[in-house]
Amino acid sequence: MNAPNRAGWKPQMPQGDANKQITSSGDLGLQLEEPLIFELASNGNCGVDFDAEATEPSAFLAPFIRKQPVDLPGLSEPETVRHYTRLSRQNYAIDLGPFPLGSCTMKHNPRLNEAVARLPGFADIHPLQPMDTVQGALAVIEQLADWLMKLTGMPAVAMSPKAGAHGELCGILAIRAALEARGDRRAVILVPESAHGTNPATAAFAGYAVENIPATAQGRVDLAALEARLGPDVAGVMITNPNTCGLFERDMKAISDAVHAAGGLVYCDGANFNAIVGKVRPGDLGIDAMHINLHKTFSTPHGGGGPGSGPVVLSEALAPFAPIPFVHRDEEGRLRLVEERGASELLPDSFGRMVAFHGQMGMFTRALAYMLSHGADGLKQVAEDAVLNANYVLRSLDDMLDAPFGDSGPCMHEALFSDAGMAKGFTTLDIAKGLIDEGFHPMTVYFPLVVHGAMLVEPTETESRSGLDRLIGSLRAVASRAKEGDETLKSAPHHAPRRRMDETLAARKPVLVWKGQPAPSGEPVPSEIGGR
Amino acid sequence: MTTYYTREHEWIAVNGDTGTVGITGYAQEQLGDITFVELPAAGDTLTKGAAVSVVDSVKAASDVFTPVSGTVVEHNSALEDTPELVNTAAETDGWLFRISLSQKGELDGLMDADAYRTYTDSL
Amino acid sequence: MRYLPLTPDDRAAMLERIGVPDIDALFADVPASARLTGPIEGLPHHASEMMVGRHLRALAARNLSAADAPFFLGAGAYRHHIPASVDHIIQRGEFLTAYTPYQPEIAQGTLQVLFEFQTQVARLFGTDIANASMYDGSTACWEAIAMAGRITRRNHAVLSSGLHPHYVSVASTMAKYTGDVLATALPSLEAAADDDRVIAAISDETACAVVQYPDILGRIPDLARIADAAHAKGALLVVVVTEPVALGMLESPAALGADIVVGEGQSLGVGLQFGGPFLGLFAAREKYVRQMPGRLCGETVDADGKRGFVLTLSTREQHIRREKATSNICTNSGLCALAFSVHMTLLGGVGLERLARINHARAVQAAERLTQIAGVSLVNDAFFNEFTLRLGQDARAVALRLANRGVLGGVTMGRLFPGVTALEGGLIVAVTETVSMEDIETLAAALEGELA
Repeated sequence: MNAPNRAGWKPQMPQGDANKQITSSGDLGLQLEEPLIFELASNGNCGVDFDAEATEPSAFLAPFIRKQPVDLPGLSEPETVRHYTRLSRQNYAIDLGPFPLGSCTMKHNPRLNEAVARLPGFADIHPLQPMDTVQGALAVIEQLADWLMKLTGMPAVAMSPKAGAHGELCGILAIRAALEARGDRRAVILVPESAHGTNPATAAFAGYAVENIPATAQGRVDLAALEARLGPDVAGVMITNPNTCGLFERDMKAISDAVHAAGGLVYCDGANFNAIVGKVRPGDLGIDAMHINLHKTFSTPHGGGGPGSGPVVLSEALAPFAPIPFVHRDEEGRLRLVEERGASELLPDSFGRMVAFHGQMGMFTRALAYMLSHGADGLKQVAEDAVLNANYVLRSLDDMLDAPFGDSGPCMHEALFSDAGMAKGFTTLDIAKGLIDEGFHPMTVYFPLVVHGAMLVEPTETESRSGLDRLIGSLRAVASRAKEGDETLKSAPHHAPRRRMDETLAARKPVLVWKGQPAPSGEPVPSEIGGR
Repeated sequence: MTTYYTREHEWIAVNGDTGTVGITGYAQEQLGDITFVELPAAGDTLTKGAAVSVVDSVKAASDVFTPVSGTVVEHNSALEDTPELVNTAAETDGWLFRISLSQKGELDGLMDADAYRTYTDSL
Repeated sequence: MRYLPLTPDDRAAMLERIGVPDIDALFADVPASARLTGPIEGLPHHASEMMVGRHLRALAARNLSAADAPFFLGAGAYRHHIPASVDHIIQRGEFLTAYTPYQPEIAQGTLQVLFEFQTQVARLFGTDIANASMYDGSTACWEAIAMAGRITRRNHAVLSSGLHPHYVSVASTMAKYTGDVLATALPSLEAAADDDRVIAAISDETACAVVQYPDILGRIPDLARIADAAHAKGALLVVVVTEPVALGMLESPAALGADIVVGEGQSLGVGLQFGGPFLGLFAAREKYVRQMPGRLCGETVDADGKRGFVLTLSTREQHIRREKATSNICTNSGLCALAFSVHMTLLGGVGLERLARINHARAVQAAERLTQIAGVSLVNDAFFNEFTLRLGQDARAVALRLANRGVLGGVTMGRLFPGVTALEGGLIVAVTETVSMEDIETLAAALEGELA
């Protein structure tokens, strides 16, 4: 039993499932349920000891003092560790098995990276310390920047963007600044139908109108349609390469040339750079800006949804408009941060600052450790193994699952399937949920939007062949149940910590914070589902 | 009272100079469980074809285009708490807004019930 | 290569299954002119864990860690003691190596944490609701300005001169391209916060007033007065909190009339990390929920009727709404939110208040000692754990000399506002529970030495 549960919360037991016994605790063996901290704890507890007595506030603070104490419960350290450990066991993670989310790149997160990021010389330094006291940190940024420029064949890089979409914003603002610097007020950004939703959202966030360009039947950008739309109102295009169908855009150089000839600039969404790192330099394909998700290609952990990091490499045309701050090595070899525009003659046309301080230092350290570990030779092998694994999945499943672009040549780092051929009423969602019962995290579903019932499988290079064979075996088993019309698949998952969730209820009557009241000590609340 | 339909699956029931606008039963079936409806406010001036309302399901947000120009008289405030009315009664209690028509001639380009049924059968 | 499981035999067998002669056949779509034949030049080849660790330790050794010096820096990033269990929990693989909880049946751990986090943030700020976090405080601040614009359908914002200059800079960058109009000003080294100027600048066109609490100089604005002025003109009050520990003592922003409260959550659980990753906090009145940016976690039930949590109201977000989304953000600062939440759970409301009182008491002691130094005077009438000193000379040079003596004495106004002569003498001093009385004496002695 966990800590005293003052609100008397306990999970409702499943009804009518003969395989599951009813227990009085609500737990089933190692399947552990856990109340909210607000149900476990009472205000007044504290799991931290202080080395000083809390004194009364100064008289000058009296007008500002809060009327009521902050209404938050506290837990002792053992209760805290147990609460979060029990919760952690309800999560799937890359440490537990394959996490084949297409476009998300769930690869192994090396623990060396965690160790070096926690060195006090990196973890415990302030962003505004005198620059002479952080020369090692600035060297990490400089070295990582050097790697990114050489791997992409680009002459400049902006390090401060906080995540991929923030990097997109950086690139688009640089494009806008460059165009405006030449007196060109173009208003439209072109985005392929298959793009990540962040692309149109970013263009709109930066004040642009967005227009879609269609794909060919082979799953690539329709070059003719693109060329037909180019003109004096088009600021640029945002192309994902390799694209979200898992295919390399063969015409990338021709696209770049056409956009440049029409006076526009080329943004490349680098979310899938992991497929080509060390094999192809985007700079050789004529692009002007590309963000790099350090949490995808360079193995920094996803952390259940962030933090990410999205440095942006820039062409000669865009480099003068890069954001501040950036690291500069002066003539004496001393590193310094160039922070505010007025302080420097180095980058007079910078479009400005995107974020407080200097970017995701904790992610830089991890990514640099990863790059140094693999080296230039290892990173090439990373791309090759990622592509090999994806093609192995594609060719091991394309007799069982519809592969809409299976005839378009090899895929890159991810294999795309559709729900065509399932029994009537069976969908991609059923296959995903069936895979959960098999002990795997599902692939990306319903993306890209250009394919009906899309299933995008990205194994990454850190899966072994035998691990892939197990995943393929389970996918085949679930797919054949969907083809045969196995009704039990429609109610999967059956063996996860939760069954299918009522997302309509969540959206119709949003409950975003806990509103229940903890009961007085010793008086359990007779509620089966807590605070709802 | 006459009801007209659009190719974007809105209906408008016209009584004199006032029309009541909603989405069709066919549309709500395509959208699935409606979770939220964003409505134009009374007094808003609308131009035919403009996106004036948004109907949300869990995984999609769909624009609703006004079939005619005019001024909004009222919107269906019952949808604030019970958006599911659009699912259960799309063409009656699940109406979205009432509009005072400024150009009745705009109705001429719309479909009647039979034409709309033929249209949806072809989809 | 230790991160790659495939053996040469595996690769050969897999190529055979695929039906291609070699790996390059899988890269056939890459034009030959762009295909590299060997490893990229000018970069080292792979290295052992030991060698990589050695390289990075050598770089780390070239930094002066806050633990190794009397340390008084703040200005948007604060050093607090983080309980050891926080880092233990965030390093559990189930949290560290999970993805965004798109499959809720096998992500209840992350989702319940986010629900608890949202509740903690909302209660701390006094708001109805909070989201699952943003990149950091500065980007959350711009998102709040943009959200106020959507709600009021106005595009003017009044920014207090007490708002962190990096936050002002971020907003100014975005406003250049969105057409929003920002009324900004430079702060002055005076005791009064910028309330009068903010109130005077609010007009019928103002979408929001943006006020930092406590402000960049450590002063405490009168939020209730600004809220009344804003609301009288149909504008919203956006409050920015860069030091959430202050709210252990100070009245919560929403209780004083704030409509949107954003902040930097770094000071609880996250650590300094040279400025990132940090944790953007974002909270608001419930009626504005459909205009909020970022992920939201909500409560629901599963098919068995068991309580559970899901990401919800996604139709606001870019993956569904695309160019009509409330923001382009596609992540949150999930692991930092977990760290914040664990630290907050260990503290509880009671512990947060004690922590705040200790911070405040120590800051008062530091201010008293430092203002005994000839030529040093205190700007603030009131402060929490951070205050500003006038040194009477260029504080940047002084701070550098202090650093050479091994003392990290504060953030200079000259660093934050380069080229503004009137502010050059300002030194912002933050004093948390990690500062000892000996540290204060060391700083005072060093400062006396430098100013003498």
